Amino acid sequence: MNRPRGMPVLRSRVLTSIRRHVPFAAVAVVALVAAPLLLEPFRLGLLAKYLCYAIVALGIGLAWGKGGMLTLGQGVFFGLGGYSMAMYLKLTEAEGGLPDFMGWSGVEELPALWAPFANPVFALGMAVLGPVLLAVVLGTLVFRQRVRGAYFAILTQALAAAMVILLVGQQGLTGGTNGMTNFFELFGQDLADDSTQRGLYLVVASVLGLLYLGTRQLVESRYGRLLVAVRDGEDRVRFLGYDPALVKTVTFALSAGMAGLAGALFVPVVGIISPALLGIVPSLELVVAVAVGGRHALAGAVLGAVVMGYAKTAFSEQFADGWLYLQGALFILVMTLAPKGIAGLVGRLRNARAA
Amino acid sequence: MPAFVNQLPIGLSIGAVLLLIALGLTFTFGQMGVINMAHGSFIMAGAYTAYLIGDLLLALPAAFLVAGLMGLVLERAAIRHLYARPLDTLLLAWGVSLVLQQLARDLFGAPNVQVPAPAWLAGGIGILPYNRLFIMALAVAGVVAVWAYLTRTGLGRRTQAVVQNRRLAATSGIDTGRVDMLTFFIGSGLAGVAGVAVTLIGPVGPALGEVYIVDAFLVVVAGGLGQLRGAVLAAVGLGLLNSYAEFWSDASLAKVIVFAVIIAFLQIRPQGMFVLRSRVLT
Repeated sequence: MNRPRGMPVLRSRVLTSIRRHVPFAAVAVVALVAAPLLLEPFRLGLLAKYLCYAIVALGIGLAWGKGGMLTLGQGVFFGLGGYSMAMYLKLTEAEGGLPDFMGWSGVEELPALWAPFANPVFALGMAVLGPVLLAVVLGTLVFRQRVRGAYFAILTQALAAAMVILLVGQQGLTGGTNGMTNFFELFGQDLADDSTQRGLYLVVASVLGLLYLGTRQLVESRYGRLLVAVRDGEDRVRFLGYDPALVKTVTFALSAGMAGLAGALFVPVVGIISPALLGIVPSLELVVAVAVGGRHALAGAVLGAVVMGYAKTAFSEQFADGWLYLQGALFILVMTLAPKGIAGLVGRLRNARAA
Repeated sequence: MPAFVNQLPIGLSIGAVLLLIALGLTFTFGQMGVINMAHGSFIMAGAYTAYLIGDLLLALPAAFLVAGLMGLVLERAAIRHLYARPLDTLLLAWGVSLVLQQLARDLFGAPNVQVPAPAWLAGGIGILPYNRLFIMALAVAGVVAVWAYLTRTGLGRRTQAVVQNRRLAATSGIDTGRVDMLTFFIGSGLAGVAGVAVTLIGPVGPALGEVYIVDAFLVVVAGGLGQLRGAVLAAVGLGLLNSYAEFWSDASLAKVIVFAVIIAFLQIRPQGMFVLRSRVLT
């Protein structure tokens, strides 16, 4: 009778908390220790690329999976981040001169837009804040007017299309269709060096891990419950006195910020940024990756991006044309047979075993 | 000034193409809330049908049938199972369009092909070339046909009933499954017709539809869901806006301007120009 009642509760809570974190910790050990030791540099670089995409996917998982906002324009934010980083890299390499591609397009003076990007803090800040600002403006304008569902999806897609055309057209500013490439160093480190690339991989993996933990925390908070409530019954949430537009705008901005950061990391890892990497198709591909992984679980989104990234590399190496058939067939199958993706299948297996 | 006037037929014919595409979308998107990303591939299918047949007037009904049947198969085989999840159909349809585009690449080759315009479309009246005039006439005919179908035939009226309230329509004895099937057939068929029209103003390639499809979706957004008059006004408006924005700024900024105008427009009319009034909440 006198047993302190708090203790078992506390202990079971600690146990569940540990049990919950075991899978994450295991993945983290594999990603941070095993992968850099076991993979050859080329493969490690590819993995770093997939993990960059996984950061974008995490944002999509938050906005679409938890918030119901199907955003087909994450490439835009990814691109803003990537171009910010690329501008910084180009300017440091030019050492006060003009970036190489500007000379080819007949630009003789550094455009005013470019000047502040010589500062790494500004460039990195803009890589995240630029997308966030754009998402806040767009989200405020769109969600306040209760534009949602398919309309929102179409608008974000139109934005991605417009962005690509703009980037291609402003060749002197952006490098046009070719985008920007030939980056040699980052903060004084040689980008061609294996150790630099390994360091970059570790940075990308850590950023992804931290963002994942933060996002999961967020989803489990009051805000996260409100977000899911907005997804499932926006009007009800409004009638209860909350502001769904605000919740959605914040979420959209968070996912945009993640995509921007991913873009900034992508550039030194992969060594190129171009319109082809951020148009309608890449944006949709990531949404599909999230669907394949399982949109309702954040881990599913991350997993989907890595799996689809790997599958794309593996199959395009073998037969480039076949990949499109396979990819198309995969979407059709996932959408009709397993709408909850891999995470859903895993969950079903786990339930079946428990029963 | 003359350049300004010259821009007019270009804008109008872009508007006409958008209208033909958006007419199909008003059916599929308007009625079922299905963002049919495969619509672009049906445009492409229509264009290749014109390429294979070679005769413009024969190609029109043939393309309607080819694209319509493709839409019908898509609806029966896949989309019909996903009506409760409209956003999922978008991704599914995109998967279909990937497959179709690659199929076109394998069948007809990756390079663009040219469909020769018939001799009787050479020339024009003043600044109005006959081929662009033909596209406009085709769009007008399309609008009249769709209007007549929706308001003057029993099937059309049943279609409208399903748009306005699917469950009530089903309760009243309308076979909504059949209506959906037919709607998808007509909507996709119209995409095929649009594809034939597009061959008159440019080359045909596997990614042909993707050029127009985003703008066509914007037409539906600006015009209002399932609204014929909204589609007409928005298509013409967007066509003109596109061509004049390109003319006054430059081609790369035009799309950004169009996007900004649409966002601004949605501030005034969030649900598009015309809204279907209903008591249904979300």
